[in-house]
Amino acid sequence: MNFGFSEEQELLRAEVRKFLDQNASIEETRKIVESQEGFDRHLWNRMAELGWVGLTMPEQHGGMGLGLVTLLVVLEETGRSLFPSPLISTVIAAKAIERFGNDEQQARWLPGLADGSQVATFALLEQSDDLAAEGIELTSTRDGDDVLLRGRKLYVPDACTANLIVVAVRSGADPEAVSLVVVESDAAGLEATDLPAMDLSKRLGKIDFSDVRVPAASVLGSPGTAWPAIRYLIDLGAALVTAETVGAAEQANQITVDFAKERIQFGSPIGRFQGVKHPLAEMYVDIESYKSLIYYAFWALDEGEDGAALAISRAKAYASETFPEAGINGVQLHGGVGYTWEYDIQLYLKRGKWMRPMFGDANYHYDRIASLGGL
Amino acid sequence: MDFQLSTEEEAFRDEVRAFIEQNLPSDSDRFNPAALANWNQKAREARYIGFAWPKDVGGGGGSIMQQVILKEEMAKVKAPSLGTCFMGLAWVGPSIIQYGNEKQKQQYIPEILDGAYQWCTGYSEPDSGSDLASLKCKCVRDGDEYVVNGQKIWTSIAMWSKMIILLVRTETEVDQKHDGITCLLVPMDDPGIEVRPIRNMGGGAVFAEVFFNEVRVPVENRLGAEGQGWQVTISALANERSSIAEVYGLTRKMEDVKQLARETRRAGKRAIDIPSVRRRILRAEMKIEAMRLNGQRFLTKQLKGEPLGSETSINKLHRAALEVELGELAVEINGSAGTLTKGSDEAPDDGAWAQFALGWPEVVIGGGTPNIQKNIIAERILGLPKD
Ligand SMILES: Cc1cc2nc3c(=O)[nH]c(=O)nc-3n(C[C@H](O)[C@H](O)[C@H](O)COP(=O)(O)OP(=O)(O)OC[C@H]3O[C@@H](n4cnc5c(N)ncnc54)[C@H](O)[C@@H]3O)c2cc1C
Repeated sequence: MNFGFSEEQELLRAEVRKFLDQNASIEETRKIVESQEGFDRHLWNRMAELGWVGLTMPEQHGGMGLGLVTLLVVLEETGRSLFPSPLISTVIAAKAIERFGNDEQQARWLPGLADGSQVATFALLEQSDDLAAEGIELTSTRDGDDVLLRGRKLYVPDACTANLIVVAVRSGADPEAVSLVVVESDAAGLEATDLPAMDLSKRLGKIDFSDVRVPAASVLGSPGTAWPAIRYLIDLGAALVTAETVGAAEQANQITVDFAKERIQFGSPIGRFQGVKHPLAEMYVDIESYKSLIYYAFWALDEGEDGAALAISRAKAYASETFPEAGINGVQLHGGVGYTWEYDIQLYLKRGKWMRPMFGDANYHYDRIASLGGL
Repeated sequence: MDFQLSTEEEAFRDEVRAFIEQNLPSDSDRFNPAALANWNQKAREARYIGFAWPKDVGGGGGSIMQQVILKEEMAKVKAPSLGTCFMGLAWVGPSIIQYGNEKQKQQYIPEILDGAYQWCTGYSEPDSGSDLASLKCKCVRDGDEYVVNGQKIWTSIAMWSKMIILLVRTETEVDQKHDGITCLLVPMDDPGIEVRPIRNMGGGAVFAEVFFNEVRVPVENRLGAEGQGWQVTISALANERSSIAEVYGLTRKMEDVKQLARETRRAGKRAIDIPSVRRRILRAEMKIEAMRLNGQRFLTKQLKGEPLGSETSINKLHRAALEVELGELAVEINGSAGTLTKGSDEAPDDGAWAQFALGWPEVVIGGGTPNIQKNIIAERILGLPKD
């Protein structure tokens, strides 16, 4: 029995921490997010060289072939720093290609993802903002050796920076007749646009497909059967987002704790008052608790355990209910300075806005728990 | 990460299962004193009572993992408790093992393991509850004896106990209120001790006030050194660590609440189909699962030989909230009938839910209140200043 990380994993955490402290201080991050692309390609390439981008990708395609639990320690740290990068998007897209693509497709796309030269994302949601199969309306029509894609994807993470887009498309009238197609972003008729959003450290965009022509060989698996694969990708996405949220929430709480030790009112640090210390203690309890749930979920994913989806939904529901509150509490406990652009706590409040609906909010995941657990 | 058991651990699990197979009283015998006595005797022979204690005092010398396995297997089959001397097993025994002299160990430990009689716990006083270290129960040495005068309160099962583990103040002029406290092991049959049961809001009387009037206690009944009572108490309470039994208890309650919600109809629907009820059930289940996994993380720490500290307050806070929530949820699901107690056909489950909904203070107040747990986390883990 060991519900903890290995020595190698702890070493990796320390390495990532050091890298981020040196290269992605919060001042640096504030600069990066205001740049055109919203992330730093130079840092991205260095992370790829260190093997962190390809951590979970297969060895024969340039990855490290490690489990998701190892990636978890990286995500906790990138989350802690609010580090802006398309890591989660790229990992999801790579998993889609690895698990549902054939050998040829893997050999074609994975090496570029593992070495950082290509960025990828997963485009799922549309106008309906519905995570169910019915929400996928973007049409794909067979035309000789190609398929033609028409429609619009919304709320796509890293839409403007991705070179490769794994797109969920409709290929028939049956609700679950959906497919996954890999599209290169320079395809004719494809246009990605940034959607200005609260959290500057996580870019969201829309992608218009105006009869984008892709070879049929870019469809992952057999057409019309991708719903289970998409379900898996939603679960995976929810898991990765929650893992980053562990680090982000810990840091939001730490920033507020540090402030509460320093700020003097009524002749003592405000952290002495229970109206200040108790919400911080409650937040600590919640963070530790969804941390346990998500750790277990990652393990279950790696082991292919049946309970993985249930575990992920519990963790994401818990995190979606509590992390946004940590940001709000944090700002409130700072008083006036918490409301300023200059103080960092507001950045975490905004991360809470981003993470809450990402791959399903609490409502979505409670429903999923009910359907998985037979309520 | 790895949740597998080793082969030795699996072998121990099989051993426990075989024990249960052979000795668990049948459902109809669950409250039959003779069957329970037999269960305890068999458990004693297998050294499952005091299983965590060292072998040389008569315990089982079980490893941490074996203790977990034993608790889990017992909880799964809703087995009767192992041993009957509840407080003796929970903290009096561990205190004696750690701080007692040879004579005390030989005298008391076997009796606790055998369940020869009950111990009760005399810590709280009318003016010293959360602020326990401020206690005042007066104790003056007179030759080979201590003379105790004062009052304790909320002393659970005092009226049925033969012994009390008592905290008294042997010194009043101290720099720190934690100093000057001494721990005594006192027979309850002393004529200077008066026990007055207190009725609780559920109607029963399980705790009591205990008055001490010129009670003479031989100095050899002191546990630990004079003035060391605070350490003795703290380290004994620290024995209550794992939350496995609590998690199983809550899981079982949760199943009962779900069953109730499936069977009860409100305004033409099953209660479980009411969105707010559903949400509350799912959220409670999520918290229980988080408690279970928190427990596994604490356990991992223990297995690595690291001491557990204030993080155990995490599960105490969850448990306190869940005890209240599950009772409230059940009573609300029952609607108007939920207000009824035992004694009419209309009372759901013959008033069992009403009784449960009036029972939470034992957990929520009895073991250190939520506010105190939050102070512990804020001050000892987050490092915020003491209030
Ligand atoms: C069912 C039951 C069984 C018990 N059995 C025993 C027993 O066997 N032996 C024994 O010795 N004791 C026993 N107790 C007593 C129990 O330990 C105390 O009730 C408990 O420590 C709280 O003390 P109190 O009742 O004096 O409340 P107080 O300490 O007076 O607390 C009253 C309220 O004030 C709050 N409060 C107090 N201090 C602070 C603070 N610093 N910050 C914020 N809020 C604060 C508390 O949270 C609580 O809400 C039992 C209690 C119960 C309910």
